[in-house]
Amino acid sequence: MQKTRLTVTENIQLTAGVYRMTLVGKDLETARPGQFVGLALDGLTLRRPISVCDAQNDTLTLIYKVVGEGTAQMATMQPGKEIDTLLYLGNGYTLEKSGEAPVLLGGGVGVPPLYLLAKKLIAEGKKPRVILGFNTASEIFYAEEFAALGLDVTVTTVDGSLGVKGFVTDALKTMEGYTYTFACGPEPMLKAIWNTAASDGQYSFEERMGCGFGACMGCTCKTKYGNKRICKDGPVLEKGEIIW
Amino acid sequence: MVTSVNLSGVTLKNPLIAASGTFGFGYEMAELFDINCLGGISFKGTTRDPRFGNPTPRIAETPGGMLNAVGLQNPGIDAVIAEELPKLAACYSGAVIANIGGFSLEEYKECVAKIDAQDNVAMIEVNISCPNVHAGGTNFGSSAAGAEEVTRAVRDVTKKPLYIKLSPNVTDIAEIARACEAGGADGVSLINTLVGMRLDLKKRKPILANVTGGLSGRAIFPVAVRCVWQVYNAVSIPIIGMGGVASASDVIELMLAGASAVQVGAATLINPYACKEISEALPAEMEKYGIKDIKEIIGGAH
Repeated sequence: MQKTRLTVTENIQLTAGVYRMTLVGKDLETARPGQFVGLALDGLTLRRPISVCDAQNDTLTLIYKVVGEGTAQMATMQPGKEIDTLLYLGNGYTLEKSGEAPVLLGGGVGVPPLYLLAKKLIAEGKKPRVILGFNTASEIFYAEEFAALGLDVTVTTVDGSLGVKGFVTDALKTMEGYTYTFACGPEPMLKAIWNTAASDGQYSFEERMGCGFGACMGCTCKTKYGNKRICKDGPVLEKGEIIW
Repeated sequence: MVTSVNLSGVTLKNPLIAASGTFGFGYEMAELFDINCLGGISFKGTTRDPRFGNPTPRIAETPGGMLNAVGLQNPGIDAVIAEELPKLAACYSGAVIANIGGFSLEEYKECVAKIDAQDNVAMIEVNISCPNVHAGGTNFGSSAAGAEEVTRAVRDVTKKPLYIKLSPNVTDIAEIARACEAGGADGVSLINTLVGMRLDLKKRKPILANVTGGLSGRAIFPVAVRCVWQVYNAVSIPIIGMGGVASASDVIELMLAGASAVQVGAATLINPYACKEISEALPAEMEKYGIKDIKEIIGGAH
């Protein structure tokens, strides 16, 4: 873990309420896919946990949705703004078990951490298939960026306005030959994947956090292997340990 | 410049103590910095039986602070002694303070007796003020008679310095501190969190699964100063002050109000290096106010 100041270099709107912020720092640690950062914002007590979409050398990309006071403040930030940041937090995904044909499943703002994961898997010579789920066509983001990595991308929309009509699990049901699932998204989606997937996998969870680094016990959940802190022992849990 | 203080015969290299529930059992924080910069560490509140704590959400933000309703999650006294304390002892040589919670006199006694036998624990802080557990704990801390009863019960089973951690959610905290003194406490520590509540406007429901939670952070610092001030006037035993402390000047202010040592809590959750930074800033802050020996300022504002 590292406490450092990052400078915003870009902060643009991708879709309604969803933004991409790029930041630069100095001598940053290396991020594992699925890890997150804790941003200290002006006038707010608690740091905001935001998942890492991409991290390369000293440049960091975050994609966030405006859901409250903190993310609303982030959306107003201009290039040059400095943010006190804790990085990189959480366990992240482990790639070893992925087999030859992993599939990545992301829903809404659960999509971003899969981007760095996809890049790392590609670097290991794998070509994951990608299923991205959204409510409607206007909410879709990053499908093109995943495709630009040379990956086979399936988009699902709940209202059928683009791609496969339904949920990511509807696309997963028709997919054959996958060896592993990496998932990130809202809990109902994770549970549906857990029930549907024919393979083992890892699932990234969300919870309201206090500190973000394991000290306050604010985000504890029960697993088959005992209590785990989503912020430190998670946010990624193995399929076999999850208790719904 | 002298920063050391003495709590009932235990010497702390400086008055800074990591507050229970914000520092785990220390060893994970030791991965971030040398925790020997702290005079003491009050470890995560421990009960007889393992506890999961309350359902989530357990955390809500507030203006200038936060609410928590963790509910005394801990692995239980036996696991703490067997697994956690050796790990803490391996990386920390200062004063380890055992924070003990409970739901009955018997439970408090059993835990305190077990801790009394641990050589690597310097003192005991009995929590009779957790606002996030039901039936017990705070019941003892909300009346003078209850506080005295617990104090007497645990006093019988330990020779270690015994401090009672008090709640600010009472009519007269000084009266309760006097009751602890009468019951044989070596000191008191205060304040625990203030009971608060926030609502989720979209769901029209409380944010916390426990409905209410304990308010900590900057917002409660003036309440801490007031409580320490009042208790200092009421008792002659030492006070460990806490509540919203986030800087070296806060440490000096709380000591001037009457604290012999000071705990840093929520500040760590916002900045994991808070204790280290405050310990490093303390000598310069003492210099600024012409303080040569920190002990000289205890209660100095009275």
